[in-house]
Amino acid sequence: MPARPEGPPPPPVVRRLRLRFAKRGRLRFLSHRDVARTFERALRRAGVPMAYSAGFNPHPRISWVGAAATGAASEAEYVELALAEEGDPAGLGRDLDAALPAGLDIVESVLAGPGSLPERIDGSAWRIRLPGLAPEAVLAGVEALLSCEVFEVDRLTKNGKRRIDVRSAIIRMSVSGDESGTSAASRAVGSAQNDTCAILDLVVRHTTPAVRPDDVMTALAAVADLVPPVPPEPTRLEQGRLREDGSLADPLAPDRDGAGLPGSHVKVS
Amino acid sequence: MSGQSLFPVLEPLLPQVRKPVQYVGGEKNSQVKPWETANVRWCLMYPDAYEVGLPNQGLQILYEVLNAQEDVLAERTYSVWPDLEALMREHHVPQFTVDAHRAVGQFDLLGVSFATELGYTNLLTALDLAGIPLHAADRTPADPVVVAGGHAAFNPEPVADFVDAVVLGDGEEAVLRITDVTRAWKAEGAPGGRSELLVRLARTGAAYVPSLYDVVYHPDGRIRRVTPNRDDVPARPSKHTVSNLDEWPYPKQPLVPLAETVHERMSVEIFRGCTRGCRFCQAGMITRPVRERSLPTIGKMIETGLAATGFNEVGLLSLSSADHTEIAEIAHGLADRYEGSDTSLSLPSTRVDAFNVELAKDLSRNGRRSGLTFAPEGGSERLRAVINKMVTEEDLVRTVSAAYVNGWRQVKLYFMCGLPTETDEDVLAIARLAREVIRTGRQVSGRRDIRCTVSIGGFVPKPHTPFQWVGQTSAEVTDHRLRLLRDALKADKECGRAVGFRYHDGRPGTIEGLLARGDRRVGRVIERVWREGGRFDGWSEYFSYDRWAAACATELPAAGVDLDWYTTREREEREVLPWDHLDAGLDRDWLWADWQEALSGTELDDCRWSPCYDCGVCPEMGLETQIGPSGRSLLPLSPTGTVPAPVGPAAPVGVPAPSAV
Repeated sequence: MPARPEGPPPPPVVRRLRLRFAKRGRLRFLSHRDVARTFERALRRAGVPMAYSAGFNPHPRISWVGAAATGAASEAEYVELALAEEGDPAGLGRDLDAALPAGLDIVESVLAGPGSLPERIDGSAWRIRLPGLAPEAVLAGVEALLSCEVFEVDRLTKNGKRRIDVRSAIIRMSVSGDESGTSAASRAVGSAQNDTCAILDLVVRHTTPAVRPDDVMTALAAVADLVPPVPPEPTRLEQGRLREDGSLADPLAPDRDGAGLPGSHVKVS
Repeated sequence: MSGQSLFPVLEPLLPQVRKPVQYVGGEKNSQVKPWETANVRWCLMYPDAYEVGLPNQGLQILYEVLNAQEDVLAERTYSVWPDLEALMREHHVPQFTVDAHRAVGQFDLLGVSFATELGYTNLLTALDLAGIPLHAADRTPADPVVVAGGHAAFNPEPVADFVDAVVLGDGEEAVLRITDVTRAWKAEGAPGGRSELLVRLARTGAAYVPSLYDVVYHPDGRIRRVTPNRDDVPARPSKHTVSNLDEWPYPKQPLVPLAETVHERMSVEIFRGCTRGCRFCQAGMITRPVRERSLPTIGKMIETGLAATGFNEVGLLSLSSADHTEIAEIAHGLADRYEGSDTSLSLPSTRVDAFNVELAKDLSRNGRRSGLTFAPEGGSERLRAVINKMVTEEDLVRTVSAAYVNGWRQVKLYFMCGLPTETDEDVLAIARLAREVIRTGRQVSGRRDIRCTVSIGGFVPKPHTPFQWVGQTSAEVTDHRLRLLRDALKADKECGRAVGFRYHDGRPGTIEGLLARGDRRVGRVIERVWREGGRFDGWSEYFSYDRWAAACATELPAAGVDLDWYTTREREEREVLPWDHLDAGLDRDWLWADWQEALSGTELDDCRWSPCYDCGVCPEMGLETQIGPSGRSLLPLSPTGTVPAPVGPAAPVGVPAPSAV
């Protein structure tokens, strides 16, 4: 056995493709590993000319930027693909979207310009639907939480408990009622209190570890005894660089607006 | 309303359970058909966790074969883990399919594939969650007809009370025959209710219907006879055998799971059946005769399967893949075709000869290099003659050495403990064999870092084999011999550290033995174990020997029998065995004669290359062994193929860890 693989080194990376994708519906239950495996197979089916790593066990070069937790839906996940050939980002994005199962949907595909994608992301906007909770009750909880300077919760991880400061990561937080009525899930469970549904919007700064919607719910339960009768339905709406006003700058904007080639971006869906 | 999705009631439960993705369906190549327009609706179940059940080839084949029928709908269901089971009971959510999340109780037919007897309690969980009465006798016309299949169904008597019908053998044509009978019966307005449907299934030979056969016992507990209780059904229902595998190139569109499963690859069955004649091997006996898939069909299935799935590993499956007439051409052709791609090829290697190493080398031009597995099964030459595994010590050492010389560092050797006539010395011979393998391997390869792993499982006598009469070795004796072997390996200063040892304790094998050779009275034991919480008996963290032993002690004495009676007791030649009325094609007299030859250590050649020894299958089935050569070769794919462009280094060679089929 040679110590190193024989043969030519893998072809160099000629292009990088940056994708925004959504994790929707029942596919919100995919873990990050599930998403990664599903992408790798879809890339093969779609014939995307991936660049591979060197070594005995070459892997397609895919760089993930964070990942919504198992059970959380998202409209704004990001990934960067290294390509071994020139490719039309619009076409590749469409082919990949067609090869992915419904629920993992490519939202936008752009050629990477200069600069790193992860450096353009340090915050997330979340919308958490809370079937069965009245907006007023949630508002009281939110006010109590926001009035604290620091609020730590324990998260159970594989390596035991981990303390996380939820409050410091929260940039903005607001509550509204759901105009569209209750979710199918809460209707099906069907108790009287489920006729109501609060919507919690929040923007968090990405800390280490990142504060997740379930950490926020743990904090609200601790601070205001706010316990949803059915599991909350969190969706990440945006990721990007936090601006002064608490809004998020679109991380693909620099690629789309100048650095990439003309016509190098496309809204896929 | 029938056919409605249960997902809205299931969804709020999913954030509360482990690995919720296994319950959401949505796999690539899964199918959802409209409920209303289907005339016959099948729910197919693999009675184990999704991660084990999803890759099952049998279920995937039937799923496609059935859904290919325009007016037939087939969906899948798997066992739910106890965390979800508890929530489903609390919230009154019934057993559901993963395809359209429809209630299992609403289907016409529930087909359950038993690869192992340890799935029986999981069937009861699914029936109960589905709202289907556990006992076939209590079911109403609104309940699905529960059909069992798979290898364990060759003795379905222990679950006879819980299933309505049983398919023996290959399922491809059988499910369509059952579908035809069911479709016609429904079109006539379901005359005579479900009992009429069951009679039709039995009469046409589509399935065995246990309730149409009565069992009479001797006062001492043995079976006196099993006879039909009406004269229009066959006295001996027989197995189904697909005659031409090239006409059934399934799965064409293998399912691609979203969740992680035990086999993440594109599997192609290169032939079915085996006539090596290993006397312990139920699969080799009940799947005869050998029927090979032709080389072009295999090549085509792999090409379309990879394009449909995006898998990057191909497994060439069968009971002894190196025995395909054209295996060298297959291996070479595929290796050429996928050279330079990231697609790797694997062969579950169990045959012990140097040819196997050559094949593995060819197949491993791409991909990872990990282990090679050989299965001498018995430690001593004497014992290997008893089980008809014709491998000499010299063969084995030479083969394994060839693997080390060709660059493998790690070889796995598979054995069984508790084989008929086995003594402590036979098991200790494994330690000497392992030592010889390492010493010779070090010599020929000039390396010190080679390893071998001895993996050993307890032997469980199975129906329809020459060993169906033997007394099973008790768990105590098995465990004692495994301890002796472990100590002998440990004590070896020279080679012991190069030998890994993997084994399972003997007690689960005792229960598997009870269920494998049990009769209808064992059904009460299964039901009691289930009522007392028995679930997922194939998983060591759930299996409870004590629960099974206690249930035996409660339920069996009334019949004058006990756990030992079913397991360690040797049967006499003329004793009526619980499965004697089921025809696997094998001549009972030949099985007995072969058992006697085993006792005298007489070996038997493979009938593919030596004269017929009259096992009975070919004349019985009106079939014969179908083997090549076809004389055709595998053409290279055109560049428009969907295999990814050549990437990465060409050289890392190796064979991904082979595993048993």
